[in-house]
Amino acid sequence: MTRSRTLHNVILAPYSLWALLFILVPLAFVAYYAFTDNAFAFTTDNIARFFTATSVVDGAEVRTYLLIFWRSLKLAVISTVLCLLLGYPLAYIMARASDRSQKIMMILIMIPMWMNFLIRTYAWMTILQDTGILNGFLTSLGLGRVHIIGTESAVVIGMVYDYLPYMVLPIYSIMAKMDLKLLEAARDLGCNSFGVLRRVIFPLSLPGVLSGITMVLIPSVSTFYISQKLGNGKFFLIGDAIEGQYVANNLHFAAAMAFILMVILLAVMALMKHFTNRQVYGGDDT
Amino acid sequence: MKKLSASLLLCALLVGLLAGCGGGKAQSTGSAGTLTLNVYNWGEYISDGSEDSYDTVAEFEIWYQETYGRKVNVNYDTYASNEDMYAKLSAGAVSYDVVIPSDYMIARMADEDMLLELNFDNIPNYANIDDDFKGLFYDPEDKYSVPYAYGIVGVIWNAAEVDEADATGWDLMWNEKYSGRILQFNNPRDAFGTAMYKLGLDVNSADKADWDKAYEELMAQRPLRYGLVMDEIYNMMESGEAAIGAYYAGDYFTMLDAQADGVDLRFYYPEPTNYYVDAMCIPSCCQNQELAEIFINFMLSRDAAVANAEYTYYASPNRIVYTDEEYLDDLGEETIEILYPEMEDFAAQYNETAYRNLPQEMLDYLNTLWENVKIN
Amino acid sequence: MKTASRIYTVLLFLFLFAPIAILLVFSFNEAKSLSVFTGFSLKWYRELFHDEATLQSVRNTLLLAVSAMVISTVMGTAAAVGIERLRVKWLRYTLNTATDIPMTNPDIITGISLMLMFVFVGRLFGLANSLSFWTLLIAHVTFCLPYVILQVLPRLRQMDPSLPEAAEDLGCTPLRAFFKVTIPEIMPGILTGAVMAFTMSLDDFVISYFTSGAGFQTLPIRIYNMTKKTVTPKMYALATIIFFVILALLLISNLTDQGEKKKD
Repeated sequence: MTRSRTLHNVILAPYSLWALLFILVPLAFVAYYAFTDNAFAFTTDNIARFFTATSVVDGAEVRTYLLIFWRSLKLAVISTVLCLLLGYPLAYIMARASDRSQKIMMILIMIPMWMNFLIRTYAWMTILQDTGILNGFLTSLGLGRVHIIGTESAVVIGMVYDYLPYMVLPIYSIMAKMDLKLLEAARDLGCNSFGVLRRVIFPLSLPGVLSGITMVLIPSVSTFYISQKLGNGKFFLIGDAIEGQYVANNLHFAAAMAFILMVILLAVMALMKHFTNRQVYGGDDT
Repeated sequence: MKKLSASLLLCALLVGLLAGCGGGKAQSTGSAGTLTLNVYNWGEYISDGSEDSYDTVAEFEIWYQETYGRKVNVNYDTYASNEDMYAKLSAGAVSYDVVIPSDYMIARMADEDMLLELNFDNIPNYANIDDDFKGLFYDPEDKYSVPYAYGIVGVIWNAAEVDEADATGWDLMWNEKYSGRILQFNNPRDAFGTAMYKLGLDVNSADKADWDKAYEELMAQRPLRYGLVMDEIYNMMESGEAAIGAYYAGDYFTMLDAQADGVDLRFYYPEPTNYYVDAMCIPSCCQNQELAEIFINFMLSRDAAVANAEYTYYASPNRIVYTDEEYLDDLGEETIEILYPEMEDFAAQYNETAYRNLPQEMLDYLNTLWENVKIN
Repeated sequence: MKTASRIYTVLLFLFLFAPIAILLVFSFNEAKSLSVFTGFSLKWYRELFHDEATLQSVRNTLLLAVSAMVISTVMGTAAAVGIERLRVKWLRYTLNTATDIPMTNPDIITGISLMLMFVFVGRLFGLANSLSFWTLLIAHVTFCLPYVILQVLPRLRQMDPSLPEAAEDLGCTPLRAFFKVTIPEIMPGILTGAVMAFTMSLDDFVISYFTSGAGFQTLPIRIYNMTKKTVTPKMYALATIIFFVILALLLISNLTDQGEKKKD
C-alpha cells in the first residue's frame, strides 16, 4: 500500500479541504451563535432555554421545546418505520425481478423525486381535503367522509410519500449486488426462504437499511413545510420552531436549537452505525 | 442497469448544457452599456404578463431603451414575507435596488439606516399619490418611500353555510355555531391582531397584560378553528373546505373568481381592523440610485400602475388608477366599493390601527405567546 | 407469492403516482383553482410559455443541478475511496462525521450557517454582493456530497479488496488499477449517487434561498415565494411538462439499452 500513498493523499485532499471549509467551519459558526448572545458575549442561556422554557398545554405545564422535539421525533420515527416496512419488501421484489422490470421500477420510483416537493404537497392537499378527491370518491360509493387533513395522519402520509424513494433506493442498491451464491449456500445448508431472508439477506442489507433510515429520519425530523400544509398549521415541529425564531430575528436561539438538534442526531447516527457495523462485520470498523 | 443510468445522466448533462446557454442571461452584466436593476418584491405582486396582462418589467426595459437609448436588465426576485426580506438585507448578503416592504418594516429599516433618502426630482409621478398616503407614521417626512398598494383586513365568509345575521364584527370568527369551520392567520402579528381588535385593545400595546388577554382569546378560539393558514386559505375557501376566515381585501376577489359551485363567498370589514400600506423603497445597498428612482417613477405611470392594481386586485394609492375609467369598469362597482371604501379620514384610521414596529422585548414576548398558541 | 408481490408493487406505485395524476389533471383546469376542476383548458400551458421569469428559473435550476451533480460525484467518489482506505483512525472518524453533518443538519441551519460564512467573507473582501451563483453552487455541492459518498461507500465495502491488489500485482499502476478495476465495481453506486445528487439539487429550496444572490432564482424558490399569494395551475403545467420530459428521456435511454442488449 505504500506505493499508493501519494495517490491516496491526492484523492483525499480535495474533499478534506472542502469538508473543512464548507462543513466544519459553518458548523463553528452555528456553535458560535448558539453560545453567544446579541452582543456576541459568551452565554449558555440560549442552550439552557431549550431545556427549561415552559408553556401551558392543555392546562398542564410542560417543557416547551422538549415537547416540540418529542412530537417531531415521534412523527419522524413513525414515518421512518413506515417507509422501512413499505420500502424493504419493495426493494426485495425489485432486486428479484427481471432486469427489464428492475429498470422500469427504478424509473417509476425516481419520477416522484423529480417532481417539485412543494407542488407534490399541494397535490396531496387536493387529495386529502374534506372536499377533496378521496372524500369525493368515498361519498360517491356511499361511504362517509374521512377527515384526514389537519391530522397527524396527513402529515405522516406526506412524509412517507416524500421519503419512501430515499428508503427504497439504497436498500435496492445493496440487494441488487448481493452475491447470489451466498443465498444458494444458505439454502443448501437447509434454510427455507424465510431463513435465508433472516440470516443472510437482512444482515447483508443492513448498510443499505442504515442509509435509508438516515435519508428518511433526518429530513423528517426537521421538516416544516409538510406540517404546515398538510397539518393545517396545527403541528408545530422543531423545524417550524427554528424557522419561527429566525423570522423573529432571534438568530442566537435558532442556532442553539439547531446545535442541540444536530448533536442529538449525530449521536443517534453514531450509535446506529456502531451497532450495525458490529452485526455485519463482527468487529469494529469505524 | 448501468447503461440506463449512464444514458440518463448523459441526457441530463445535455439538457443542462443547453440550459446553461440560456442561464447566461442572469449572470453577465452584459455587453458594455447594459445596466442591471435588482428588484425585490412580494410574490405575485406585480402584473407579470400572465393571462394576457401587461408585463410591467418587460415594458420597463423596452421603455427605458427607447427613452435613454441604453439597455437595462431587470432582475426581479421575490420574497414571501417582510421578515425574510429583512433577514437577507440586514445580513448584507445581497444588494437590491428597489424593495417593497410593508409599513412597519419600513419604519424599522429607516430606524436602522437601511434605506436611502429618495431624490424626488427623479420621481415626478409622485404627485399622483393621494395626499391621504403622505405623512403616515412609518415615514412621517416622506423621505424614504413611495406607496405602492394598500389594503384592509376583512372577513371572508361562505353564505352557503353562514347566516348573514351572524356576519358582523370579529365575533363571527369566534362563533361557536361554526365550530371547526373557522380559519385563523398563521402568523403572530395578524392572528393576535384579530383578537386584539375584537377586544378593543391596541395592537401595538406596550402592556403585556393586553397581549395576555389576546392570548386567552386565541386559546378560546382553538376548538373552533379548522386550522392556521396563510396561502392555503385560497384553496380552502374556494372549495368550501372552510367557511370563515380573515384575509386581505384584494385576495377576496381572487378567491371569488375561482370559487366552486355551491360556494358563495362574501366579504366585510369588521371594526376596527388592520390597515396597511406597502411602499417602494431604495435600500442602502443599492448600486444605482438614479435608475431605481426611474423605475419607481415608471411604476407610478398610468399603464403600469393600472395594470398592477388590476392584476393584484389590491387598492392603489395612485390617483391615476382609481380615477381611470377602464379600471373602474373592469373591476365593477361592487368590487370598487369594497376595495376603496368611503373614509372620512384615512390617515386617522390608519395611524390608529396599523401595525407598528414593536420593541424587541415586546416582539420576544409575542413570539413566546405565539409558540404557546401553536403547540396547543 | 408472485401475485402477492405484484399486487403489493402495483398498490405502492399507485400511491406514489396519485399526486402526480392530480397534477396532470389539474394542469388542464379552466379555473385558477387547485381543488375545483371546472373544465378543460390549455391556457396554463400558454401562460407558462410566456412566463419568462419562471422559464429562466427552470434554466437556472437545471444548470445548477448539473454542475452540482458533476462536481459532487467526482469529489464524492474520490472521497469515498479515500475514506475507505484510510487507516488513520482519527482522520477517518472526522471525515465520516463531516460527511454525516450536512445530512443531520436541518436545511435551514445549513443554509443560514453557510450564508453567515459567505457574508463574513464577502465583508472581508469588501464585496457588495456576498452571495451569487457561486455561493449557491458551493452550498449545493456541499449537501450533495454525502449522498454520493453514502452510495459509494457500501459498494466499496462490498467489493473484494483483493481485486485491485491483483491488478496491481499483475503490473498495473495504482491509478490504472483504480480506473480499470475499482471504478467499474462501484459504478452502480456512483451512478445512483450522481442521480441522487442531481435530484436533491433540483428540489432544494431552503438552502438555495439563503445562499443565492440577486438575479439567480431557482424554481423551488420561485414557487415558494409565489405561495404568499397562490400557486396557480401554471405550476402544475410546468410539473406535468417536467414529468413527460423525464418519461421521454427514460424511455429513450431504455430503448437504446434494449438495442444494445440485442446486439449481445
